[in-house]
Amino acid sequence: MSNNTQGTRKRKTVEYGRWGYFFIAPFFIVYLFFQLVPLVTTFYYSTLKYTKRNLIETVSFAGIENFKDLLGISEGEKAYMLLYLGNTVAIWLINFIPQIIISLLMAAWLSDARIKLRLSGLYKCIIYLPSLITAASISVLFHAMFSAQGPITMTLKNWNIIPDSFNFMRSVGGTRGIIGYILFWMWYGNTSLLLISGVLGISPDIYEAADIDGASSTRQFFSITLPLLRPILMYVLITSLIGGLQNYDIPSLFNVSKTGLIGQPNDKSTTLTMYIMRLHASNDGKAAAVSVMLFIITLIISLVLFNGMGDKEAKAFKKEQKEKQKAAKLAQKGGM
Amino acid sequence: MAKSAPTGPGGETASYSAEMFKHKLLRNIVCIFFCILSILPFLLMIINATRDSEAIKTGITLIPGSHFMDNIKTLYEKQNGMAISLGKAMLNSLIIALPGTICCIYFSSMTAYGIHVYNFKLKKFAWAFIMGVMMVPTQITIIGFYRFMLKLNLVDNYLALIIPCIAAPAVVFFMKQYMESTLSIEMIEAARIDGANEFRTFNTIVMPLMKPALATQAIFQFVAQWNNLFTPTILITSDSKKTLPMFVQLLTSDQFRVDYGVVYMGLFVTVIPLIIAYCIFARFIVAGVTLGGVKG
Repeated sequence: MSNNTQGTRKRKTVEYGRWGYFFIAPFFIVYLFFQLVPLVTTFYYSTLKYTKRNLIETVSFAGIENFKDLLGISEGEKAYMLLYLGNTVAIWLINFIPQIIISLLMAAWLSDARIKLRLSGLYKCIIYLPSLITAASISVLFHAMFSAQGPITMTLKNWNIIPDSFNFMRSVGGTRGIIGYILFWMWYGNTSLLLISGVLGISPDIYEAADIDGASSTRQFFSITLPLLRPILMYVLITSLIGGLQNYDIPSLFNVSKTGLIGQPNDKSTTLTMYIMRLHASNDGKAAAVSVMLFIITLIISLVLFNGMGDKEAKAFKKEQKEKQKAAKLAQKGGM
Repeated sequence: MAKSAPTGPGGETASYSAEMFKHKLLRNIVCIFFCILSILPFLLMIINATRDSEAIKTGITLIPGSHFMDNIKTLYEKQNGMAISLGKAMLNSLIIALPGTICCIYFSSMTAYGIHVYNFKLKKFAWAFIMGVMMVPTQITIIGFYRFMLKLNLVDNYLALIIPCIAAPAVVFFMKQYMESTLSIEMIEAARIDGANEFRTFNTIVMPLMKPALATQAIFQFVAQWNNLFTPTILITSDSKKTLPMFVQLLTSDQFRVDYGVVYMGLFVTVIPLIIAYCIFARFIVAGVTLGGVKG
């Protein structure tokens, strides 16, 4: 563990270097056992088949059967993986598109030095509030308000905004729309704050120069703010998409059948993580296979999007992503 | 140089300031609209918690009802028949979130400090690793995690929810960013000359300096643990160990099908601690969000 060779180069830390290992040890030990080992073994479990009969679990080797089943390649199997991926992405899009537009608007306005809003601090505090509140409670709250006899549904009917026969819980668009709206409502404040800090990071000189050149606010927004916000927008996109693919709390409590976590109506609001949870009750092998595919999708998304970032930081990130991929490959080898 | 527009008699400046005023008004109206949007669901929740089922069925209103105490009473009576009482669920969440948060911020600072201050062979690799795994979501490893806990006999044990908090890559990242801007090597060297050993230096000199960052991250970690539903759903099997979000799940069960007001009351009680805490710390929390997000 000694590194005297390094010590001679950096006199400041001579003979103290090894302490670094003691400081980082708890993190790495815990990470190894509680994250890395589970990741690797999840790959392994995805090749097994668990059958439960009379509370006794038997395990057999399944190879790539789980994956074939999930993708609908095996005979008689529905491509649930693709169906639920579609649900998850649809709900994410409903949330993300308005979220990024409103957040950009809020960021542009709340950070504008020329037209200062006196209450901007208060606005920021209020729009951030929903993201801290228990998602489970919020989901149940919205379900109560939008259910067949819920107060909002009744009011919309009284005002003739929706037809009397309409039921949000029986409509695919209604259910997905509300789940997407809840996500939007929870997270647009957070995204606005991130973008505001991004805008404030842009040098005021640039705006001053644009002012002198006579550029309008709108022009400045599209020609200065937006291009310079690109890295942070990418960051928001990546974190939102990765988070969106894990979407569990809200859809799992919103409009589900009492038995077996099926997102109503017609399985159209079941997300991937709900599916993992559902399979976990019957066959951990298949549940692990869903996890593995979700991992690969997440990896591909971050690789593609980080490529799009194209700045120095992203390049550093990309390197790490490659390492992650290597670890994944290693894990796959261990599993086969 | 952004001085407020002069209100002189000159035609041009007057129209300029009128233009400014119009912009300001529009922006304020839109911002207020979104603020109302953000608190409206909570408002409706509180109002519905004061109404009875029949009144709730007629639609939304902003006028409170008179059944506040009745709903509290019914909730109190009903929770006795439930798998777990509301108070116990809250206590359970606290028992997980509190040590989890402390472990998280302490060990994350320790890791960040180790990488920031010392030079060792694996330093670069360690940092690259932490950056690389920052975005791997826990949901992906959950099956392997559950099976591993099964082997260790930690299923239905809070330790399985608390110990993993020690390894939080995103918090380490945040702490290191903060150290880079506040911690000077000279200060640490001074402590060394005074004969403090490395851990003592860290605990008595570095940690106090980190207070603002620790407090910010502590709040976010606590809230994340408190709100967590996915991992406890997989790991916790016995009723008496259920957490607050799992209690919320019980509010959707059949016994509340007819008592709408009680459901709102139950939800109200589950979110009120967070809302009160937020009202107190809002400015601090909002500042913390941007602090952590800039270099994401």
